[in-house]
Amino acid sequence: MPDDSQSGPAVVMKAIYKAFPGVEANRGVDFQILSGEIHSLLGENGAGKTTLMRILAGFYQPDAGEIHVRGQRVVFRSPRDALAHGIGMIHQHFQLVRTFTVTENIFLGMAGSLRLDMPAMERRVAERSDHYGLAIDSRARIWELSVGEQQRVEILRMLFRDVTILIMDEPTAVLAPQEIDRLFAVMKRFRAEGRSMVFITHKLEEVLEISDDITVLRRGKVMSTVRPRQIRERTVSAGTELARMMVGREVILEIGKHPVKTDAPLLEVEHLSVMGDRGELAVADISFRIRRGEIFAVLGVAGNGQRELVEALVGLRPITAGCARLNGIDLKDCMDSVAYIPEDRTGRGSIPDMTLLENFILTDPKRFKKGPWIRWKSAERVAQTLMDRYRIAAPSPGMKARQLSGGNLQKLILAREFFRKPRFLIAEQPTRGLDIGATEEIWQALLGQRETGGVLLVSGNIKEVLSLADTILILFRGGSMDIVSCDDEKCLERIGPLMAGVKGAA
Amino acid sequence: MRLILRKRLRPLGWSRFLIPPVSILAAILLGAVLFAWVGANPLRAYTEIFKGGFGSIYNFSETLVRATPLILCGLSVGLAGKMLIWNIGAEGQLVMGGIAGAGVALFFSSAIPSCLIVPAMMLAGFLGGALWGLIPGMLRARLDVNEIITSLMLNYVAIFWLEHLYFGPWRDPEGRGFPGTAMFLETAWFPRFFGTRIHLGLPVALMAAILIGCVLAYTYWGYQIRAVGAGAKAAQYARIPIARNIVWVMILSGGLAGLAGISETAGIHYRLQQGLAAGNGYMGIIVAWLSRLRPGAIVILSVLLGGLMVGGDQLQIILRVPSAIGLVLQGAILFCVIGGQVFNDYTLRIRKG
Repeated sequence: MPDDSQSGPAVVMKAIYKAFPGVEANRGVDFQILSGEIHSLLGENGAGKTTLMRILAGFYQPDAGEIHVRGQRVVFRSPRDALAHGIGMIHQHFQLVRTFTVTENIFLGMAGSLRLDMPAMERRVAERSDHYGLAIDSRARIWELSVGEQQRVEILRMLFRDVTILIMDEPTAVLAPQEIDRLFAVMKRFRAEGRSMVFITHKLEEVLEISDDITVLRRGKVMSTVRPRQIRERTVSAGTELARMMVGREVILEIGKHPVKTDAPLLEVEHLSVMGDRGELAVADISFRIRRGEIFAVLGVAGNGQRELVEALVGLRPITAGCARLNGIDLKDCMDSVAYIPEDRTGRGSIPDMTLLENFILTDPKRFKKGPWIRWKSAERVAQTLMDRYRIAAPSPGMKARQLSGGNLQKLILAREFFRKPRFLIAEQPTRGLDIGATEEIWQALLGQRETGGVLLVSGNIKEVLSLADTILILFRGGSMDIVSCDDEKCLERIGPLMAGVKGAA
Repeated sequence: MRLILRKRLRPLGWSRFLIPPVSILAAILLGAVLFAWVGANPLRAYTEIFKGGFGSIYNFSETLVRATPLILCGLSVGLAGKMLIWNIGAEGQLVMGGIAGAGVALFFSSAIPSCLIVPAMMLAGFLGGALWGLIPGMLRARLDVNEIITSLMLNYVAIFWLEHLYFGPWRDPEGRGFPGTAMFLETAWFPRFFGTRIHLGLPVALMAAILIGCVLAYTYWGYQIRAVGAGAKAAQYARIPIARNIVWVMILSGGLAGLAGISETAGIHYRLQQGLAAGNGYMGIIVAWLSRLRPGAIVILSVLLGGLMVGGDQLQIILRVPSAIGLVLQGAILFCVIGGQVFNDYTLRIRKG
């Protein structure tokens, strides 16, 4: 282990800038890692955490900015270069060969002699894993292991490559609570050896438990770097403070929301429970009612069950218990009057390799059908009208959707869904990653929908929710913390603690 | 020195249209080296190939005969490919189409009016292939079994069926051991045109190409197929019934290959015989992918490849080069053209040291 100046920064990243087509992932980020510390990188999905760390681990090259490792300027062209400086990253999706054994995976790609002395290598793996309390069978094949065990293999692999700065991208997202405790014990052990760790997450409690330093990223910029002790001393609930840093608390934009007379309940959700991808309870016993003329927001830090809730409502995920009814009819049977704006614009909401016109007819092709034929001419006229009305900047409906910017693509999806004249609209993170102009246009469109039907808005953006919503449900770990009305003067103060899972505070 | 392939961050502009011609040029140069190596003048060899495939009306008619099954098999693979379904089973579907059509010709020729025999054979051919496409289609749609494996394995089942029939129950009793059925009655022959071997299969194949092109471009069903292929998650979101579409696409895909089978059987051989499974189904995969799944391009490429095959056969006679040279040349072209497509998405860098 390098023992030079325990307190000096192991890594300094200066003014890192990185853009991908359509997104600025990092906008001038300064970031430091000290030797022998656990540094949490906190932020919502899309805040730029993973991008920043992939740059540090050599997977991406920054467009601008410098990296210094132990005082020395470095340029990484590949992960191999970063590994040579002791920097390694464990991705959210493990990079293991499923049919190989633990030992084979650990030594894969490491230079060695031609002859494979498998028993010796297995012994070395067993010794090292015992030493760190990473219980693992060195001869097991990856597919036989649980996710937590696979993660231990990844950690061991890093150890065998002499990694002194270990980056872990959301390592706890896949773990059960007792496995998380075990992981934290291993992390503390590493710290005692003088290794540094970067812990990417969006879970507040874990951050407060384990970190020495916390850096909060939002929209590609550093919001602040704090020590958990500092904020623990300052406020009653440290989680609240962090939640605010993550999602921001700018003033509410005046967007001219005027009251709409609300009617009888339009959507009724009763005791809804939904399973997540790993069979865990992602949404637990949620009930709410949405009336016509109302924007009902589901607010929460990402990963608290929003995705599963929406997927269950739109029929892409089975409902485990409870029910959802639109005007008294089971929601499944009236999907024609429900429009859905998915969070994943390019994967789910549109087909990048098809034309704008083809994307326009995606969700409601019946309108443009005549026998087996599609009436492309009339579809094109409608598409052109909608492109003008929603000010979608594109030369013609014949261009490919992938050529559109994020904001224009989102307006296309919105135009398409509103054209169906839905009675009910579900909008999931509708303005994430968009500029101010596009955001406001989309907000106006959502307010327009409120006049004719109901809207369920799922968002992690407090500003958006407070600007638009009439009623807010705060989601935490799949459960409803509370439902608050936006007429309430103190609603902003109440929301923060609720998002962090603190009831009855403030 | 190291060669490094790196993914392009932005799609290639107009220069992507240069990739196919440059690839073919590279293949021609590679072939030239090959000809020189076996002692033939490359320039003369290419001239002979061209003359062999396209040099006279008769030669060109033979090229079209050769292209007929390629068009149908290319459409078969290409249609499924539009949905990202890999139909490797066109060969088996072709064979099953041939068997079904031949069954009609052998056993029902006297029972149905003569003017209906050929249409009935064609229908049977289509259905035979469709059945063989339906099996992997159903397995994929209902049980999520990989269709590449099932459709490939069914090829061997079909070929064994074929052998069983012409060596066993359907063998021509007067054939003196020739592996094949008796010749069909003349009413069961596909008509030939212009005094050449061009037969009914060619107009059928061209019609099929136009039909598939129209279905894909103008119908709702074609739109669904393209949407599933281009974005399965988005198609699911739009509530397109993916499983049902897989089944129907595999039925049609198998049927097209089945038509290739019956048109070879009833248009060329006039009997079910060894040599029906001549690799057209596999060539169809290549045709479909070189054409990037576009029906019009499938027709053109089938004719070009047909010409290359006919010309290659001629070459062997005229220049006395090994018969395999035609195949090797085909291989060089495929290698270069398919390999060249890598450069659509990647750039090549040379790093010293």
